[in-house]
Amino acid sequence: MTTDVHQLDDGAWISVNDERRINVSDLWLLARHDVCDCHMADFLVEGFAEVGVDHPDIQARVAGRCITCGTEGVTGWVTVGRVIDPESGEFSAVDTTSIHVPDRRRRLARPE
Amino acid sequence: MPTKVENWKDEVYGAEIREHLMEFAAEGWDAIPEDEHDAWFERFKWWGLYHQRKGQESYFMMRIGTPNGVLEPGQLQVVAEIADEYARGPVDNPEFGGAYCDWTTRQSIQLHWIKIEDIPEIFEKLEANGLGTQQACGDSWRNIVGCPVAGKDKHEHIDAWPVAEELHETFKGNDDYANLPRKWKVAVTGCDQGCGQGDINDLAYEPAEKEVDGETKLGFNIRVGGGLSRKEPRFSRSIDVWVPPERAADIGHGMSALFREYGDRDDRFNARIKFLVDEWGTEKMRDVLQEEFVDFELQTAGENMRDQYTYNAGGQEHGDHVGVHEQPDGNYYVGLDVLVGRMGVDDVSELAELADEYGSGEVRLTQRQNIIVTDVDSDRLDEFLDEPLLETYSPDPHPFMRGSIACTGTEFCSLSIVETKNRQVRYARWLKDNVELPEGVTDFHIHLSGCTASCAQPQIADISLRGMKTRKDGDPVEALDIGLGGGLGENPNFADWVEMRVPADEVPGYIRNLLATFEAEREPGQTFREFIAERDEETLQDLAEAEETDYEDPYMHNTKMTWYPYADEDDMGDSPAPTDGDGESIAPADD
Repeated sequence: MTTDVHQLDDGAWISVNDERRINVSDLWLLARHDVCDCHMADFLVEGFAEVGVDHPDIQARVAGRCITCGTEGVTGWVTVGRVIDPESGEFSAVDTTSIHVPDRRRRLARPE
Repeated sequence: MPTKVENWKDEVYGAEIREHLMEFAAEGWDAIPEDEHDAWFERFKWWGLYHQRKGQESYFMMRIGTPNGVLEPGQLQVVAEIADEYARGPVDNPEFGGAYCDWTTRQSIQLHWIKIEDIPEIFEKLEANGLGTQQACGDSWRNIVGCPVAGKDKHEHIDAWPVAEELHETFKGNDDYANLPRKWKVAVTGCDQGCGQGDINDLAYEPAEKEVDGETKLGFNIRVGGGLSRKEPRFSRSIDVWVPPERAADIGHGMSALFREYGDRDDRFNARIKFLVDEWGTEKMRDVLQEEFVDFELQTAGENMRDQYTYNAGGQEHGDHVGVHEQPDGNYYVGLDVLVGRMGVDDVSELAELADEYGSGEVRLTQRQNIIVTDVDSDRLDEFLDEPLLETYSPDPHPFMRGSIACTGTEFCSLSIVETKNRQVRYARWLKDNVELPEGVTDFHIHLSGCTASCAQPQIADISLRGMKTRKDGDPVEALDIGLGGGLGENPNFADWVEMRVPADEVPGYIRNLLATFEAEREPGQTFREFIAERDEETLQDLAEAEETDYEDPYMHNTKMTWYPYADEDDMGDSPAPTDGDGESIAPADD
């Protein structure tokens, strides 16, 4: 089945197959990022600016702020979870307490 | 390319949503197809229903739009009865009990823990009593706001209530404006104090005089593009248009049609008309309005009254509508302080009875989350003021109590970063007990908003608090950014963000230290806003230190990770949601 992914409510959460899976308000550790000069950004997730798919990964560009240095910004594409079973659409979110590495996006969630 | 939300709106939106809503209500929560949840929840907003946050699935916040905050005689009792019967969740709130009503910063009413199965009965009761939820949320004309004592105010030049009422009647349920690119917030002000808060609305009607055919006439200047959300605050801007009151609805048609046609439907973050005003400028806005959306010659702006605006203007003249005030008819209106805008249902019911006994039965909601009992008989005023309920909801409250505003926060809201209402209650009580206000300060506004959506209007407060996170001893804790010196008036000003990521339990200490500095360093008679305005950023950052005090904050942990912050067993996995119409947990489908 098709996996349906979008952000809603002013980017407050990411929906995967009509279920709220990833929320704002957590602190994410970002490595190899370009949000600020901190080696490891301690990044408060304030909103999801965009969502996309790099099969089988679900990715997002995340708006927020590094709470170490105070810099605000939007990350590059960060993997927020993976569709484990394309047949059922079963989704597994990443452990948000792990270290995230923003990457380039490869494919849009919806056609251009 | 239109957003997904726009595609959902193209399929079903506006009044037709109701039919589907009623079908789902009749069949129960399970009847909403799982793969259509997001689409339907987005649509339900148009009928005032907002699905509560993760962990509270199947429960809705319900917003009742009361234009200009006016609740006609009998309506407050209806709201109390509905809240009592239908707005009870699985767990009580430790400050407010099992059922309560929220008065919002847009003069509306919010109830929580509403189940879809109860919607038909609720709608029937609301509508039988002249109330409704239509367009209380969603992408359309929202609740019209204005001076809450319109028609009963000695400072009034134009009675704004009939104008607000006409706009409400014209644009609620009007298919031509049912599907706009984004929300459309309108304010009507008729007094010379500026308490309609037009500066922070998409479309503002502000009182102004104009020479027409050699005669001075009263009408409205039009401003467009105000709003506070998303770290992009804007004050509304004059488009150099004056209209007489009888043309107010025509301008409403024209401006909202312009927004409908030219607003950005490809990017919801860029959709509010404030961004279109940024892009076009006010001159083009006026030209397009004239050429494409109105069929009469627009007149240039009249003489406004902004130099008289005292509402939230930083002085001590008119910070709110709390207190006892004589109406032009010799009766009185009595503004009561409702701390963070929330009242338990028993208190709401008792107040409805008091309003009926001492006044006309009418009450009005303010944009500072307070409530006004109008038409109190002058002969019975003292008796009313002696009522025990007014010890809790005082017409003469301590400045820290009357100045407190808080949004919904992580208790129910998906957007919020931090807990807000119960925290602000604790802040206000601690400040009242522990901090001396500098001499002459009778109004002091502290607004706490859980996120950048700014529902508590933090940027127009003396002290602005906005939800954040930080680490304390290595652990993530709820924190607040602190801004200073915001307000409205002739020269409105957004707060300067001065202290960032202050742990929530150190904020009261910061405020105490800040006010001590203000008292020590202020010029004689200088207001707090003036004191802040004359200092540069670096100086502001050195004004005070955050510090722990004996204030205790029970909500320092990540309240968003709980299913309900005040439950004894608060892990997401302990949530009873989703539940059926009887509030019983619905077992997962694969069990």
